[in-house]
Amino acid sequence: MLIRCPWCGERDHAEYFYGGDATVKRPAENAGVQAWNDYVYLRDNPKGPHRELWQHQAGCREWLVVTRDTLTHDILGVEPVKGAAR
Amino acid sequence: MSGQTHRLASGGEIDRARPLGFSFDGRAYQGYAGDTLASALIANGVRLVGRSFKYHRPRGIYSIGPEEPNALVRLRQGGRAEPNTRATVAELYDGLAAESQHRWPSLGLDIGWVNDLLGPFIPSGFYYKTFMGPGRGAWMVYEKYIRKAAGLGTAAREPDPDRYEKRALWCDVLVVGGGPAGIAAALATAETGARVVLADERASFGGALRRERMTIGGLAGRDWAGNSIDALAARGNVTLLPRTTVFGYYDGNGLGAVERVQDHVPTPGEYLPRQRLWNIRARRVVLATGAIEQPLVFAGNDKPGVMLASAARGYVNQYAARPGTRAVIATGNDDAYRTAIDLALAGVEVVAVVDHRPAADGALPRAARARGIDVVTGHAVVGTIGMMDVAAVEIARIDPQGALADGAARQLACDLVCASGGWQPAVHLHSHTGAKPVFDDTINAFVPGPSRQAELSVGAARGAFALADCLADGLRAGAEAAKATGHGSGAVPPTPACEDGGVQAPARALWPVPRPPGVRGKAFVDIQDDVTDKDVALAHREGYVSVEHLKRYTTLGMGTDQGKISNLAGHAIMAGLRGQSMQQVGTTTFRPPYTPVAFAAFAGRELGRHYQPIRRTPTHAWHEANGATFIEAGLWVRPQVYMRGGEQMGDAIAREVRAVRGNLGICDVSTLGKIDVQGPDAAKFLDRVYCNTFSTLPAGRARYGLMLREDGIVMDDGTTSRLSEHRFFMTTTTANAGKVMTHLEYYLSVVWPELKVQVASVTEQWAGIAVAGPKSRELLQRAMTGVDLSNEALPFMGVRDGLLAGIPARVFRISFSGELAYEVNVPSDFGVAAWEALMAAGNPLDAVPYGLEAMGVMRIEKGHVVGSELDGRTTPGDLNMDRLVSKKKDFIGRQLMGRPGLVDPKRKRLVGLVPVDGRTRIRAGAQIVADPRAPAPVEMLGHVTSACPSASLNHPIALALVSGGLERKGQTLHAAFPLRNESVAVKVVDPVFVDPEGKRLHG
Repeated sequence: MLIRCPWCGERDHAEYFYGGDATVKRPAENAGVQAWNDYVYLRDNPKGPHRELWQHQAGCREWLVVTRDTLTHDILGVEPVKGAAR
Repeated sequence: MSGQTHRLASGGEIDRARPLGFSFDGRAYQGYAGDTLASALIANGVRLVGRSFKYHRPRGIYSIGPEEPNALVRLRQGGRAEPNTRATVAELYDGLAAESQHRWPSLGLDIGWVNDLLGPFIPSGFYYKTFMGPGRGAWMVYEKYIRKAAGLGTAAREPDPDRYEKRALWCDVLVVGGGPAGIAAALATAETGARVVLADERASFGGALRRERMTIGGLAGRDWAGNSIDALAARGNVTLLPRTTVFGYYDGNGLGAVERVQDHVPTPGEYLPRQRLWNIRARRVVLATGAIEQPLVFAGNDKPGVMLASAARGYVNQYAARPGTRAVIATGNDDAYRTAIDLALAGVEVVAVVDHRPAADGALPRAARARGIDVVTGHAVVGTIGMMDVAAVEIARIDPQGALADGAARQLACDLVCASGGWQPAVHLHSHTGAKPVFDDTINAFVPGPSRQAELSVGAARGAFALADCLADGLRAGAEAAKATGHGSGAVPPTPACEDGGVQAPARALWPVPRPPGVRGKAFVDIQDDVTDKDVALAHREGYVSVEHLKRYTTLGMGTDQGKISNLAGHAIMAGLRGQSMQQVGTTTFRPPYTPVAFAAFAGRELGRHYQPIRRTPTHAWHEANGATFIEAGLWVRPQVYMRGGEQMGDAIAREVRAVRGNLGICDVSTLGKIDVQGPDAAKFLDRVYCNTFSTLPAGRARYGLMLREDGIVMDDGTTSRLSEHRFFMTTTTANAGKVMTHLEYYLSVVWPELKVQVASVTEQWAGIAVAGPKSRELLQRAMTGVDLSNEALPFMGVRDGLLAGIPARVFRISFSGELAYEVNVPSDFGVAAWEALMAAGNPLDAVPYGLEAMGVMRIEKGHVVGSELDGRTTPGDLNMDRLVSKKKDFIGRQLMGRPGLVDPKRKRLVGLVPVDGRTRIRAGAQIVADPRAPAPVEMLGHVTSACPSASLNHPIALALVSGGLERKGQTLHAAFPLRNESVAVKVVDPVFVDPEGKRLHG
C-alpha cells in the first residue's frame, strides 16, 4: 500500500504505524463502565471504506486519518488528524 | 561419455564451439553453451528424469519452461545445493552437477513404484481416511514413513556461501515478459522518454520468438528480438532485466522480482550476488507474460516421451535437440500443427497428427498436409503403450460432440507424443492484484478480467495469440501507458509486417479425453501431484463443490508448478461433472510467487549480525576494552558483567553486587528511554498519563511514575523529573521507550489536541551513568563541580545541574539498586569522557563497573518490578502499588481499573519467595502449586517471574505473582517446574529482601 502523507508525500505503508479505528471517540470521564468498555474493546469490522488512524512513524510522526477500503486496500483519502472530522 | 545422439547437425541458438561438461545422477554428459539442463539431457537422449510424487511413476521432461512438473532436480552440491530446480529453466554451465529427486535407491529402480500398482487402493484422501480415523494413534506411527515416501527434494544443511541482495527500483512503466508483445510495449514506451523496465525470466529476450519459426519485418523472430533489445539497451531511459522473474504483484503497483544474477555460472563472480531481489514500484504495468500450453488428459499421458507440443518444437528450434524419433501429435487446435511441421523439418518422423476436431482446414493443417504429414481428424489419442517409456499410442474415434464414436482403438508406434490441450494465458500476476480472470469460450481458457490496479495484459497473456495481435497490442499498450505517465502523445507506432503461419481455426477442448473400454492406465490431470481424472471425480462424488476444496482435497495444483498445467483441466472436468460452465466453476486464486523463490533471496543481507540493527551505548568501546560480556536487550547491546581473569560468571556477578552494596559501583544506564516533555500543559498532561500525580511535583524533584493502559493494566514505569514549571524529563523502561513515545504522541494528537505540550524522544541524546553505593556521594563530590551534592541540597529524589570534568551534567538522586545512588546524564558525545572521569575519580575509592546481571540481582533483592512483572496482565494493585494511584484526578486507565475482575482479592499479586531449605534454586517460569504431589489437573496459584541467587543474602530468592499475594505471607508453597521434573518448597515472604525500610537511600 502507498499512503500519501500530507507532509511527506507518497510513502510505502511500512513507514506507518497502524493506530486503529478513527471513528471511535474516547468517552467522557463519567460516561460509565459500559461506554468505556465499548471504547476499549468493541470494534466494528466493516467491509469497504474505513477511517483509520495511522502514524507516519518513520517519517514526520504525525497522526493521520486514512480512509482505506478494507476489501481492496485502496487508500481513498488521507488527512491530518488535527482538523479531521471525527 | 555418451554422445549427443539427439542433437541436430545445425540450427538452434546453441554454440557448438563451446561444449560444456555436466553430470546427471553421477553420469557425465556434454552439452553446449546456450543449452538448458533439460535441452542438454534431451540432446543426450536422456528420457527418464524423475519419479512422480505419489506413485513413483517414471517421468520425463514435459515442458520447456517454468511450468515443468517432472524434471525437478537437486542442483549443485554442499551449501549451494538447491532442491526442486526445474531443469527446463536451469542454464547449463561447465561442471554443472544435478541429481534426480524422489527416488530410492535409484531412478531406474525405485521401490516406491509399488504405489503405482496399489494405485486403486490409494485414492485422494487415502492417508487421512486410513490413518487418521478413530483412534489417531495410527497416524502418529505412520506419519514419518508416509512423509518420507512423499515430499520433494531435500534442502542443503550447510550454510549458503553466496551473497544475495535486495534493491528497489522505480519506473513509469514496467513491462513484464520479453516476448513479442513485451518488446513491442517497451519499444513504444521507450520512444516517449518514459522510464521503462523490461523484465524477462529467460537469459535472452524474445520469448516465443526464440522457440518458433516466425518472421517480423522480414527478419527471423529471434533476430528482430535481438535487434530490438539492442536498440532498447542503447537508450538511457530503459532498464533491461534478463533472468528476472516478476513473481508477485502487490498493492500500490508494487511488484517483487528475483534476478538470477549468477545462477548460470558455477560460483558467483567476485562482488556479485548469486540472486537479487527487486522491489519495483511502477506507475503502469504492462503484463506481457504470454500463455502456457495445457496438456491433454488421456490414459498414460505422463510417461517419458509425452510432452507438450510447443515444448517439442521449442527443443528442436531453440536448442537443436530432438526429443524423439517418431512423433505423434495429439491436439484439438491448429497451433500444434507447427510442431508437426517443425519436427518434420528437423528430420523427426511424424507418424500422424491426431486431431479430435471433426475437421482441420486452417492454414497450419494445410501446410502440414502439404508436407505429406498424415492428419487424422475426428480421433483422439486415448492411451499410451509402454512401461518405462512410450512405445506406441492408442487412438480412437471421437464424434463431433466429443464423445467416443464406434470403432476399436488402434495403435500407432512412436516414441514421442506431443500433446496440446490449448493455451492458458498466464494470468497469474493479474490475479495477484485481486482481479478475477473470466472464462473465454472462444479460446477455452481464462483471460484477464477487469483490472484492479494500473495494469494491462497484452498479447497471449490476454488470449490474443496471433503474432500480429501480440505486436499491435504491445505497441498500443506501451504508448498508452507512457501517455498515462505524462510521456508522449499516445500515438501508436505502426505494427511491422509479420508471418506466423496464418489464421487459425477455432480450437476445441476435450476434458478429459474419453476412455474406450479396454484402455488401461491412469490419466493425469496434475502430473506433478499425481492427481488423476478419477481423483477429481471422487472429490465431486464426495461433495466437494468448490474448486478451492477440490484443490485441497486432491492436492490439484499444489505442487511447485502451482497448477500451471493442471488447473484448467481439473476445473473443466469438475465443471463437466457438475454440469456447470467454466465461468461458474471458476478458478482458484493465484497467489505469489509465480515460480518458487529461494528463501535466501528474501533474506538478502539480513543475516546473522545484520538480521536487525544493533544499538550500542556511547561507552560501548570502553566496556569492550574492560572485559565486559554483553547481552542483548531489544536492539540494544548492554554490558552483562565485567569478568576478571579466571572468574566464573556467577562469582563475577556476586562480586559486583557486593561492591555496590558495600562500597561503590558504576553502571551504564544510557539505554533507558528518555522523553523531553515541554509546554504550559505539561503537568496536566502527565497527570493524565500517569496514575499518580505530577502537577504537585516541585521543580528540581523526581518522582516514580506508573503508567496504565486504558484497560487499567500497567503499561510502563519510570522516574520523571520536573526541570522547570513547564518542562519535565520522563524516563521509560529500555524496552518500552518507543511504545511510550507513540502512546504520548497519540494522546496529544488524537485525544487531547487542545493540550499545549510537545514531546521529543531524547534517548540517544543523553548518556546515562548510575553511580551507586555508600561511597557514591564521595565519588561525585570528587568528580563534579558547580553543584552542592550534600544531603540537604540534593536529597533523595532531587535533581541538580552541575559540571562533571567540565562537562555539563544533570544529576538525579535516584536508586534502582536500593543504595545511596545517583544517575548522571551528560550529552551523548561526552559519554566516554564522563565515564572515564568517573572511573578515574573512583579508582582511589575502589569503584567497580557493574553490568546488567548485577543490576538485575539488586533490583530483585529490592523487589523492583521490570518487564517480567509488567507483563501486560498486572494492575497497580497486583504489584502492591495501590497507594500510588491517585483518587483525586482522572487518568488513563482509571475508568476501567475498578472492574470486578481487576480488584478480585484472588488475583495474582507480587510476593517474594525463598527456598525452605535455604539453598535450592528457584526457576523463573516455575508454577506455584500448593501440593506438588496432587494428581493433575493441579490448580496453578501463580508463577515465578524473576529469580536469582542473592549475593547479599547468600541464598536464592525470587519474585512471583501468586493468587492472594501477601495474604499468603509465611505459607509454604511449591515452585514446580515439570519440564525438568523439579519442585522446590518455597516460603512466601515480603518482596523487598534487602533494606525493607529503605534507610540506605536516604542520609
